[in-house]
Amino acid sequence: MTNTATDTAPEARTGEDPIGFGELPRLMGLMTGDEKHGPAATSTLDALWVLYDRVLRVSPATATDPGRDRFLLSKGHGPMAYYAVLAAKGFFPVDWLPGFGAYDSPLGHHPDRELVPGAEIGSGSLGHGLPLAVGTALGLRAQGRPDPAVWVLIGDAELDEGSNHEALAFAGAAGLDRLHTLVIDNSSATHGWHGGIASRFEAAGWSATTVDGRDHRALHEAFSAPHPGRPHAVVARVEPKEKQVF
Amino acid sequence: MDTMRERFAAVTSRLLDEDPRLALVLADIGVAGFADAARRHPERVVNVGIREQLLIGVGGGLALTGLRPVMHTFASFLVERPFEQLKLDFGHQGTGGVLVSAGASYDWPSGGFTHMAPGDVALLDTLDGWTVQVPGHPDEAETLLRQAAAAGDDKVYVRLSVQVNGAPRPVGGDGFLTLRQGRRGVVAAVGPMLDNVLAATEGLDVTVLYATTVRPFDARTLRAAAGAADAADVVLVEPYLAGTSTRFANDALADRPHRVLGLGVGRRELRRYGQLDEHLAGHGLDPQGLRARITGFLGG
Repeated sequence: MTNTATDTAPEARTGEDPIGFGELPRLMGLMTGDEKHGPAATSTLDALWVLYDRVLRVSPATATDPGRDRFLLSKGHGPMAYYAVLAAKGFFPVDWLPGFGAYDSPLGHHPDRELVPGAEIGSGSLGHGLPLAVGTALGLRAQGRPDPAVWVLIGDAELDEGSNHEALAFAGAAGLDRLHTLVIDNSSATHGWHGGIASRFEAAGWSATTVDGRDHRALHEAFSAPHPGRPHAVVARVEPKEKQVF
Repeated sequence: MDTMRERFAAVTSRLLDEDPRLALVLADIGVAGFADAARRHPERVVNVGIREQLLIGVGGGLALTGLRPVMHTFASFLVERPFEQLKLDFGHQGTGGVLVSAGASYDWPSGGFTHMAPGDVALLDTLDGWTVQVPGHPDEAETLLRQAAAAGDDKVYVRLSVQVNGAPRPVGGDGFLTLRQGRRGVVAAVGPMLDNVLAATEGLDVTVLYATTVRPFDARTLRAAAGAADAADVVLVEPYLAGTSTRFANDALADRPHRVLGLGVGRRELRRYGQLDEHLAGHGLDPQGLRARITGFLGG
């Protein structure tokens, strides 16, 4: 899908008139009908914003460039913050947001890469993004592209899925130093992670750091930390999620 | 004669030399056959260890970057164990790749049911867009593997087996081959079932079709063969779960009265070890068992 945000959408902005972090609650409100959002809806918001605003080398103009940085949203549930950031950065028009979840909207409650400009993967079922990110990092390396960074966002409860542990063990052993995992930790894993989430990555040979997931400066430093020869994990801790029963 | 698996290793190693887009993902099965290829192409031959979800996930990631992944292990661990990865990491992402399985329905009978995958093709039938290739001879496997590697971004499953026919046929064209023509009905043999079907139908006045590409299903050839017989009576003989292709045959003949008998591997576990021939006989897929059921259905 081509991105035609700038010429079809009155609300879409160009680089000269950027949408700032402070406007994201309003954009999320277009999807939820309420500008006030609980911690669960915004658990990823700060980390996503810092990534897209200051770290990832990808834009609407380079969204299909083979040399772009990749961001894979593995935790596809609760994608309002993701959509708000993508819209703020011009990947698709802001006026798509009110259709969130509607039959004829490209914006589902789990993202579909075939429908959402800028979405690298379709996700929703947990535990698929990290293995796909490992393959993406391998594929870029095999094609002689050492520059693009590959990022994947997972949740602390998503880490329950065994597929993640297949992937993080292999990635550490393979020394995939262009691979980065962002773990949003809102203490939602039913059995917790005794010894801490970062220790799982460190034991597998990753560089890992744990930061305040609301502190933009700390997030940026963690995202930018050098990690030669090793993949890098950033555990971003946010407010504990209220327990939900499905 | 080499085995299909040996041919797979030789052909895929050559294709890795020739096609920079091709990549191979293994999960500790079949690694020895690719030792040289791994030395020549260390970044396009990846062994993830005993991690089958990752096998498919890595293949999906490679495909997202534009490579054409070939993924290989035993059928039970390639299709059944990581089935959701096939559904989501390829189909849902809109990407393609090549699955090449070994082990088939009972290639290692003494290994027992854990290493048997008679349901693999039926399971893939729940997904959209997979081409399914079931070669009956190493030469056919080579032809079909080369086609699969060159098939753009198609999703292709190639099912290798120890069971083979004595001679290769010219496969890889548009559809089923017509090997014999007769009036009493149509018997379609899939891949390695052909030799037993030819022996079972010796002297019978039936048409024998040979299928290696089973998805997409060649409805046109089946319709023509059934139309040329006295009655539209069809027997399918498949080396995996009995009845897997029955609905495709029914759909092909939906506009006329017809009968379809689906023969193949039974659903019930035999809980037997032993040899391949004993399992073929145990499922009624030896020439004697086939002949009895074919003549019972079509009339002697």
